[in-house]
Amino acid sequence: MTPKVLFAASAAAALLLALPASAAQLTIGFSQIGSESGWRAAETSVSKQEAAKRKVNLKIADAQQKQENQIKAIRSFIAQNVDAIFLAPVVSTGWESVLKEAKEAKIPVVLLDRDIDPSGKDLYLTAVTSDSVHEGAVAGDWLAKTVGTKPCNIVELQGTVGASVAANRKKGFDTAIAKHANLKVVRSQTGDFTRAKGKEVMESFIKAEGGGKSICAVYAHNDDMMVGAIQAMKEAGLKPGKEILTVSIDAVPDIFKAMAAGEANATVELTPNMAGPALDAIAAFKEKGTVPPKWIQTESKLYTAADDPQKIYDSKKGLGY
Amino acid sequence: MTALLPRRGLAQVLALIVILAIDRIVSPQFFDLRLQEGRLFGSLIDVLNRGTPVALLTLGMVLVIATRGIDLSVGAVMAISGAIAASLADSHGLPIVLAAALGAGLVCGLWNGFLVAVLGMQPIVATLILMVAGRGIAQLITEGRIVTFSSPDLVWLGNGSVLGLPVPVVIALGMLILTAAVVRGSALGLLIEATGGNARASELAGVGTRAMILSVYVWCGVCAALAGVIAAADIMGADANNAGLWLELDAILAVVIGGTSLFGGRFSLVLAVLGALIIQTMNTGILLSGYPPEFNLLVKAVVVLAVLLLQSPKLSGFAGIAMRLRRTKA
Repeated sequence: MTPKVLFAASAAAALLLALPASAAQLTIGFSQIGSESGWRAAETSVSKQEAAKRKVNLKIADAQQKQENQIKAIRSFIAQNVDAIFLAPVVSTGWESVLKEAKEAKIPVVLLDRDIDPSGKDLYLTAVTSDSVHEGAVAGDWLAKTVGTKPCNIVELQGTVGASVAANRKKGFDTAIAKHANLKVVRSQTGDFTRAKGKEVMESFIKAEGGGKSICAVYAHNDDMMVGAIQAMKEAGLKPGKEILTVSIDAVPDIFKAMAAGEANATVELTPNMAGPALDAIAAFKEKGTVPPKWIQTESKLYTAADDPQKIYDSKKGLGY
Repeated sequence: MTALLPRRGLAQVLALIVILAIDRIVSPQFFDLRLQEGRLFGSLIDVLNRGTPVALLTLGMVLVIATRGIDLSVGAVMAISGAIAASLADSHGLPIVLAAALGAGLVCGLWNGFLVAVLGMQPIVATLILMVAGRGIAQLITEGRIVTFSSPDLVWLGNGSVLGLPVPVVIALGMLILTAAVVRGSALGLLIEATGGNARASELAGVGTRAMILSVYVWCGVCAALAGVIAAADIMGADANNAGLWLELDAILAVVIGGTSLFGGRFSLVLAVLGALIIQTMNTGILLSGYPPEFNLLVKAVVVLAVLLLQSPKLSGFAGIAMRLRRTKA
């Protein structure tokens, strides 16, 4: 345990310290939220990779989920006169004054993964985010196409009640399947985005739907809940991926492991590569003065068993998910 | 009538029966049980199985509360022990994994006990420290990821079965019997209650109150660590961000539903575990009902209020008067 703790502590310390300057032309400060989830860790490591690919000096500041730390980090980036600032805002409000300071210093700001309150729209250059309504729609379209004209009872594992991602992923999916009268969501309950709750809720769905015999597909708002649900189905003697179709969102490594084992069918990727498009936009802006659109939407790519899940698992597992 | 039914515990048993009946109404197959691959399968088993972590937490929590203390760190201790168990599971044997995970719980308990018993800190503040820091420690161990494992021994602890019953349920039952035997089979329970009732008077009467307080926090830490191992074994992974999150509140609620006063001095192990089952029976019922999830917390709050009202001495006093009035009229 001790070496691991040491490793984690030093990794955290390394994040806090500015990375050594190289011969790169551009220096960009990135105020990252913190290590709230595996996806966030993957986003940080992919950002480093993308910056290294483009020979950009990326300084990452870990805010440990606190807005005050992010504001401090942005102020210090302004003081260092960086070429651009990337911000993954932990909350959507309260950024006016610090972003104004950046604007006065003529440092362009790019939002990553999350948007801020519309009133601050002219304070940043562009926002690189995923469209979570679209993610739900991609999942719904895949299911409709796979099921065809057969009647299909779907059970849904929702994200945390009140989270906008959960509401959007539900909305997109509902809209996509509304066109198909044979698809019906028969049960929908929150699994709080966690494996444990996903498993518990799926257990109750199976009991409530006659041992799971009448369930044709499971839709989960994230892969972690689906991993839990797959365990619940297996323990109930059902065959997920064969008897019951599964589709979820995020594309974390463990769902590819399940796909490789034939226990999951599809996942929609929430790409951890938000920095890549942001770096390209900044480079174009700095070199040619091209103003990017206000919103750069990342691709919501669908992965199925046909995409060599084992290979994707191997490539993703080192990213820190 | 009163001779047939024990006064204490009547409210809890009644509440459990009522909630079970409601579950039967919202979900007609609630009491269905069948054997599936040598394991009982049905909603009742789910209630027992899913109720296990909180039931284990209450076994420690009820003793802490009996000394007029409280332990807010149990959820974080679950996360720590789960993280340790998952990190070691694929490289070490089950005895080492369990020893390390439970040992961590013991150390956490010692820390809490030291702050409360030796330094004299208020329990709610003392355990708040580990509640916050503990989750951070767990995240450091897992490096913020969900650490998965495939060790069949540890997986069996979460998903195996003994005589058709899930292993976690058997473990919880064993722990209940062990705890009851130790504290009620000796004067220990009485000494704990004395410490909670009046620590100064007990001290003067020769009770080692410091040792009592220290040991209940240690036991609470060990119980929480065991719950953490089971929670990790259940999902075959340690999720440091979410394991045991807010479960300290469920554990305290279960103890209170079980009729143990937060002012200490009196406790019942069986009723506290019954309290945990009441909470889980309600949770499972909500999941089976098919109502939109926006109602979950509201339903939970209303049921808890009703159960606590059932136990209110003032209210039962009114009921007693009403009954006597009716009897005298007849």
